[in-house]
Formats: sequence, C-alpha cells, structure tokens
Amino acid sequence: MAAEGGKIDPMHQFLIEPLFGRTWEIAGYNIAFTNSALFMVVTLALIWVFMLGGMKRALIPGRWQAAVEGFTGFISNMMHANIGPKGKAFTPYVFSLFMFILVANLVGMMPIGIVPGLHAFTVTSHLTVTGVLAIISFSIVLIVGFAKHGLHFFSLFIPHGTPVPMIPLIFLIELFSFLIRPFSLGLRLFVAMTAGHILLKVLAGFVINGLNAGAGIAAIVSLPSFILMIGITLLELLVCAIQAYVFALLTSLYLNDAINLH
Amino acid sequence: MDAEAAKLVGAGLAAIGVGLAALGVGNVFGSFLESALRNPAAADGQQGRLFIGFAAAELLGLLAFVVAMILLFVA
Repeated sequence: MAAEGGKIDPMHQFLIEPLFGRTWEIAGYNIAFTNSALFMVVTLALIWVFMLGGMKRALIPGRWQAAVEGFTGFISNMMHANIGPKGKAFTPYVFSLFMFILVANLVGMMPIGIVPGLHAFTVTSHLTVTGVLAIISFSIVLIVGFAKHGLHFFSLFIPHGTPVPMIPLIFLIELFSFLIRPFSLGLRLFVAMTAGHILLKVLAGFVINGLNAGAGIAAIVSLPSFILMIGITLLELLVCAIQAYVFALLTSLYLNDAINLH
Repeated sequence: MDAEAAKLVGAGLAAIGVGLAALGVGNVFGSFLESALRNPAAADGQQGRLFIGFAAAELLGLLAFVVAMILLFVA
C-alpha cells in the first residue's frame, strides 16, 4: 500500500517490481527477478516441503501424511467421478494445478506486511499468470482430443439428436462456447483474487485514515471497518479455496469432453 | 457531461451487475440447500454440479467488475 499525499492507493499492491537482475536480458526482453517470481518460488517451496513431509508411505498415516493424502485423495476422487478410469493419467496435472493455485492464493493472503519492508504479493491476481495456466489446460484438452479422436473430435460440437437443419447453428454456438473456455477459466481466478484484495485494501484505507483523523472518527469509522475486514478476510480464505477447486473442477470437466466426447 | 464524469458513472452502473450476480449465486446455493434438505442422501453426489453452477453465475458478475475496472483505470 502506498500512501502518497494522504491518499491510499488500493492498486499499488499489484505492482510488479524487479528485485534484482534489472539488466538481465534475453533477445531484448528484460527477465529481471520480480516480486511475482519470488512469490512463485515461495509457493513452489511450500508445496515441496508439504508434499515431502507427507510422503513417508507409512501404513498408519501420521497427521502430516493424512493431510497430504487428504489432498491427493480429494483430487483423485474428483477425477474419477468426472472422467472415469481414463482420468487417472491426468490426476498429477490437475493436482499440481490445484495445489499451485491454492497455495499461491493463500500465500497472497498471509499478513506478512506487518514486517516492515515486506509486501505480500498474490501471484494469481495477474491475468498473465492465470491466463497461462488456462492456456496450458486448454492446450492439453485440444492435444488429447485431437490425438485420441482425430477429426472426429469436432462431433463434440454437435450434441446427440440434433435435428439436421439446426446443425450449422448449434455447431457455431458450441464452437464459440468451447473457444471462450480458456478466457473464462483464466479471467475468473484473476478477477476473484483481484477484487478481494482491492476490497481489503480499501477497508484498510478506511481504518488508517480514520485513525489519522482523531479518536472520535476512529471509533465511528475505523472500528467497524476493522471488524468488517476480519470477516472479509475469512470470506477471502474461503474464496481462495473455492477458486482453486473450481479451476481444477472445470479443467477436469473439459478433459472429460476431450477424452469421452459427451 | 464530460468524459471523466461519464466514466465514473459508467463504473458505478457496472457495479449493479455485480449485485445482480449476487442474486444468481445466492439462488444457486439456496436452491441446492432446499433440495439437499429434502434428500440429504443424494446431496453429496451433486456437489460438483453445485460448484459448476456457482462458477457460471459468479463469472458474469466478475465480468461486470472487469468492466468497472476497465472504465476506471484503462479507458
């Protein structure tokens, strides 16, 4: 949060700043190590530690192993329910996607801003990141669909029992709804995270400006805003988990289309 | 009305869309709960569909939010 001239800018938290390597270049593009890259590394390190701690393969799982098995079992059940036995091959991909989005969302919510000089950054609040995740999912759907069914994959766009005169129209509509999927997938996660963080920073601005304006204003404005912030923070933690789940769920549904063709 | 004021009014109008999406999301969860209480045994199997409906309803509200943000910061 930047306070320039007493005005608190809720969009400042999304600024990508280079931390080091400002002069690194590949083919004319700057590849400096940014705060976005740092938080991706932190996310990966946390997932790595979490998974490594739980992969002891004990017959009677301890607490940590039970937590890890809870996550893996959750995703593999979801894949089995949505795709069937053929979905087993894609479970690692969907699991990585789910864990990365979940941990990145949660790391962005962590209150590490109370340490002076540190700023939490939500990796998934940028369309470049979520868009690339959506494009990867969509590419896998296209590659699997065309590799498995060849040109027969286009029958996905004509539901069973469509009357012949309706086929061109239905084909266009289904094709359009298919092509819009990567955009909706990436946009949903990006906007949900961005909106939540803007809301929290706007409320934080109320608290800070109210405290600066004196004790009377602080009691009327800052205290209710602060209590509301606590509630909204809990709601945002729920949204973090729901958005990660929805991304994984929709990816598995799109994979189901590609594998089973309706 | 000058362009800057029209942008702010437009962003405010876009916020109505976010509120309407709240109706949609509430309807999804409300209808689910209503039928889940009638037949609790079948409720667990429908959780995936619940979240698909939630995602579809939510997306349209988020699009209204995107319109507001584009009006405020990009246009």
